[in-house]
Amino acid sequence: MSTVTAELHESPAEPRTHYLNASYGIRSWLLTTDHKRIGLLYLATITFMFLIGAIAAALMRLQLIEPQGALVQPETYNKFFSIHGIVMVFFFLVPSIPATLGNFLIPLMIGARDVAFPKLNLMSWYLFITGCCCMLYAIMAGGVDTGWTFYVPYSSAYSHQHVIAAALGIFIAGFSSILTGLNFIVTIHKMRAPGMTWFRLPLFIWSMYATSVIFILGTPVIAITLLLLGLERLLHVGIFDPRIGGDPLLFQHLFWFYSHPAVYIMILPGMGVISELIPAFSRKRIFGYTFVAFSSLAIAIISFVVWGHHMFVTGQSVYAGLIFSVLSFLVAIPSAIKVFNWTATLYRGSISYEAPMLYALGFIGLFTMGGLTGLFLASLAVDVHVNGTYFVVAHFHYIMVGGAVMAFLGGIHFWWPKITGRLYPDLWARFAAFTIFIGFNLTFFPQFVLGYLGMPRRYAVYPAEFQFYNVMSSAGASILGVGYVIPLVYLIWSLRYGPPAGPNPWGAKGLEWEKAPSPPPTHNFEEIPIVTQEAYDYAGTSGVAHV
Amino acid sequence: MTGISQFGLALAALIPIHPPAASSIAEGVDQLYYFLTGISIFFSVLIFTLIFYFMIRYRRRSPEERPPDTHTSLALELTWTLIPSGICAILFVWASMLYIQNSRPPAASTEVFVIGKQWMWHIQHPEGPREIDELHVPVDEPIKVTITSQDVIHGFYIPAFRVKKDALPGRYTSIWFQATKIGTYHLFCSEYCGANHSQMIGQVFVMSRSDYANWLSAQEKTESMAQQGQRLFSQLGCESCHLANATGRGPSLAGVYGRPEKLQSGETRVVDENLIRQAIIFPNSVLLPNYPAIMPTFQGQVNDEQLLQLIAYVKSLGAPERTNGK
Repeated sequence: MSTVTAELHESPAEPRTHYLNASYGIRSWLLTTDHKRIGLLYLATITFMFLIGAIAAALMRLQLIEPQGALVQPETYNKFFSIHGIVMVFFFLVPSIPATLGNFLIPLMIGARDVAFPKLNLMSWYLFITGCCCMLYAIMAGGVDTGWTFYVPYSSAYSHQHVIAAALGIFIAGFSSILTGLNFIVTIHKMRAPGMTWFRLPLFIWSMYATSVIFILGTPVIAITLLLLGLERLLHVGIFDPRIGGDPLLFQHLFWFYSHPAVYIMILPGMGVISELIPAFSRKRIFGYTFVAFSSLAIAIISFVVWGHHMFVTGQSVYAGLIFSVLSFLVAIPSAIKVFNWTATLYRGSISYEAPMLYALGFIGLFTMGGLTGLFLASLAVDVHVNGTYFVVAHFHYIMVGGAVMAFLGGIHFWWPKITGRLYPDLWARFAAFTIFIGFNLTFFPQFVLGYLGMPRRYAVYPAEFQFYNVMSSAGASILGVGYVIPLVYLIWSLRYGPPAGPNPWGAKGLEWEKAPSPPPTHNFEEIPIVTQEAYDYAGTSGVAHV
Repeated sequence: MTGISQFGLALAALIPIHPPAASSIAEGVDQLYYFLTGISIFFSVLIFTLIFYFMIRYRRRSPEERPPDTHTSLALELTWTLIPSGICAILFVWASMLYIQNSRPPAASTEVFVIGKQWMWHIQHPEGPREIDELHVPVDEPIKVTITSQDVIHGFYIPAFRVKKDALPGRYTSIWFQATKIGTYHLFCSEYCGANHSQMIGQVFVMSRSDYANWLSAQEKTESMAQQGQRLFSQLGCESCHLANATGRGPSLAGVYGRPEKLQSGETRVVDENLIRQAIIFPNSVLLPNYPAIMPTFQGQVNDEQLLQLIAYVKSLGAPERTNGK
């Protein structure tokens, strides 16, 4: 046993000082520059925003139980889906894994004491909650009814709701994304521990790097777009308004130039999490490390040139359609490579099925279905039929919820013992994972059928022939809702009553597990570790296993 | 037997699994859709089977287990890169050929004009009759639909025909279809357009040719769209400059529709619905060589319906083929 490993075991007699008990009081949290505490500030914020988005979704599913609308007038329903979309995309999914797990883990995984710019990191959170407050104001003042896509000229000249406040919220929160991306890129370049070469980095770091690139390149575009929307709405400058020579499709080009890459901001971090979970619970080095790593970068790059596939039925030229179609097929390939490599990692492994692994396996299945249904949408002639229908809704929920949210929950369950130093009841966690998987499929699979039948999205009332699938979907959503509440309960319970986790309850590899106790001290490591081994060295074949 | 089939029909009405396929392109789209579904089932089953097999076969049997590394195989990586790439290439070619074919209306198409507005579909037939939220078309005839919007973006969507195109303010888009089955089908708005988006729905009536002729003749007698356009053309004073013999202060519009024209900007554009509209609303942006910028804008003086009538009139002045033939 090495000395470092021995030190990691706490002696119960004297409680160890760590980042959670190093200081107390609200000031110590609101003025912290510790990346771990900032990660938790984000976790609390996005959990709150998720609850708001989820309530909006629940109200939508209630409304759609009956064809004539069971709950509210169409105007109100339009606000439900707009709030659901805006909150979930910009205030939950985009920051979800990067701002919480990314903030918490990047320095720990690369052997650094903090991110490169700790104060900037705290400022990012303040920008984010300022954005959240703008959005909450927009909701309380009466809501938004533009959908999360803010298409002009509806949003610029026709909507009477609080478009500016919502757009301002997204604009401000966007700066939090840009600064976080900048911080991560500099941290990953400059602060790796001695011996932590690029190809020894955990794949989570690679995916965070790819995500940060999109943050920095893409977010300014949505910021400019929303600024122009605000100018158009307030001053009628005529960039988008056809009555004064503007072009409403220009808005869509600009919007999707950010918002398609943003889809990968949401899913790439999830892929990074899965690339950690699968090796840890099969005790195997990830299969095809370089292929998985470079497929992240390939996705990040190609994601910037596929935006036109959102516009196949807007009257863009046939040639533009063909080019965006072929590029959209191209972006499917690196995703397929990842799925095959994760599956191959299981081969001849030693697989155990704790809750994080169940989320990871669920992710592979749901992401596969989400990816395959993406092929339908890249296929021009089929997209013409299903564009703007529930088929699209189902497809992106398989990626965003079946993919990104499953990965987020898997990651939270995996690193919870590291974050809090406590274990949660694994049986409950497995039960929740199953509930979520079943509830999710029951909610969203019927929507594929609805979409091919021709039911358009964003309908507050609908022809009676679509009712069967809508009722199924609403029933699934209630199961899904229960599935989300269970972890909230036992994770909070575990903060006080969970048994101590110890430094490495899963027997996982990586500096955060092997070189830091749980919870880690404020400065992460007693001594900066020297890395001598590849990532995922579960077989103990490369370098020296212990320093 | 009949009881069972009736039950089946009732069940199919309650739980439809496939939309009606009532246009010449629906079958082709459906074939590709089922091929895609087949591919998806194959790969989902493959991945799920492998995962379940590995989960059981390689489950952890003792806490000390340390499986050996499996080394990355380039051959395997290439296999699962190239096979999906090949499948994607097939899908791309198939879907694109179908798309190109579906976006070219046959030359002999009958035209219909659609204006979307919050929250109704306003439809006019070239013969003159207007409809709201209803579209009557004859079976087995190619129909070209020219679509625009008076306010926000709408989406003109007939699921049974597998066609959809956005209705854009200030611009014309088009689709075409040939209905193959007599019946009544949904017309939906597929692009969110505000409060009553979900009530912006209508019906498409596909009728036999004789029924359609009867329907058309039973409509209130009006001038054709081109005649209405001609009347506007003189009311607005267009004809004082756009003389038919090309001696006026503006270019002659005879035979101009469908002809490529080189503009003062150096750009060459085919004279289509969008160009004619632009010439009426923003005349100085599409000047022909040798013509000064003297035409005033007619923005605010002609509405979307009248614009379509003016366009119909210009089109009625002859296509280039016809003038060449003379």
